[in-house]
Amino acid sequence: MTSIDWSQHPPFIYPDYKSSVLRGPTQSMLDIGALYAKASAIRMGELSGSLTDRFVPGEADHDLIRNAQQGGAPLGERIVVSGRVLNQQGKPVPGVLIEIWQANSCGRYAHKVDQHDAPLDPNFRGVGRCLSDRDGSYRFYTIKPAAYPWKNHPNAWRPQHIHFSLIGQSIDSRLVTQMYFPGDPLLGFDPIFNATPGSAQERLIATLDLGITEADFALGYHFDIVIAGCRATGQEEKTAESRTATNAES
Amino acid sequence: MQNHKKYPPTPSQTVGPFFTIGLSSTDAAGGLASPVTNEIAGEGEEIRIRGRVLDGNGDPVPDAMIEIWQADSKGSFTNCEFMGFARSETGAGPDHCFQFKTIKPAAASNLEAPYISVIVYMRGLLTQAYTRLYFSDEAEANSKDIVLSQLSEARRNTLLAKSQQAADGLSYEFDIRMQGDRETVFFSV
Repeated sequence: MTSIDWSQHPPFIYPDYKSSVLRGPTQSMLDIGALYAKASAIRMGELSGSLTDRFVPGEADHDLIRNAQQGGAPLGERIVVSGRVLNQQGKPVPGVLIEIWQANSCGRYAHKVDQHDAPLDPNFRGVGRCLSDRDGSYRFYTIKPAAYPWKNHPNAWRPQHIHFSLIGQSIDSRLVTQMYFPGDPLLGFDPIFNATPGSAQERLIATLDLGITEADFALGYHFDIVIAGCRATGQEEKTAESRTATNAES
Repeated sequence: MQNHKKYPPTPSQTVGPFFTIGLSSTDAAGGLASPVTNEIAGEGEEIRIRGRVLDGNGDPVPDAMIEIWQADSKGSFTNCEFMGFARSETGAGPDHCFQFKTIKPAAASNLEAPYISVIVYMRGLLTQAYTRLYFSDEAEANSKDIVLSQLSEARRNTLLAKSQQAADGLSYEFDIRMQGDRETVFFSV
């Protein structure tokens, strides 16, 4: 069996997304679990170890509204983005390093390669980080990113999005993704979003949530993230859970 | 296998061209650098790993990100004193090479040669690709390895990092070919 489920993830090569054509692998992937079938007692490195709670972000890293201020507040619409990190059994995963990056409210990244002619915001870097807490929850404060043009095809525009990177228990849980906003009319024209299998696309879109919204301050968006990498047997899973509990208490 | 995957995974999306502001330990200004660096510290023989990511035209990719994960010098993946995970960008070094400083892992079992797990990300890659690095100077262990021994010689060679004795110590060269005759073996993990 394999943990890459192509009914849920975009393919390596999706011609409408031009740069995938020369960069995506063309040969079929080898199922490493099948190669280990003769030695079921060996736990492959890809399924081993404990990467949760090992990388510690700065205390204010989760607040992108404040973590790059230079004497003023960033411009744009303040938002809260919050949700839970779950495994495929639906259990919360604590201690996951979540790293995010995004464009500013004008559609410009604070990156030297971004040449889009929209203003940079000296008070906004668009970079944030946190660990999921004991019930898998996370919360970022940020500015809603704007759409921006890119060179994939004539008049191509990326929908508003926030990039997410998650490091879970072992490296088979590694996930890099993008969160989109509900009702964005650009979604249907975006080859990166469209490369995702149809039934899975909606799980990339956050929902507006008045429960997360902070009154008189910022609208709230809810985005739960499900990571792979939970192929432990029941017993191993228990051991891993008690280890996590021990870590949290020490 | 007993798996009750009630919840489908969140789909992967590309890291895009601007990931270094969020994921690099060296590119992000203002105290927002990632805690994940390109160095792994521990007991054992210090080594360097460098290489390029080559696209279907054979051109080096200047905006790829490589992550590695490895056992310690005793072959353990669960040593709490050891953090065997690191990340490097091809845009950071000269010649579009990724570069790591680490220690050589030992084999984790007697059916395996020493290896380092490698994950590739880049603009144009919608879902990350997993491969492995094995060491060219471990010929005997490699010949018995449970993964390598099931591959043809041509495919096996794509996973071997070449050792070089450099002025600053032992280093390994490992190019990752996304496509072509010598396309690197990628794994579904």
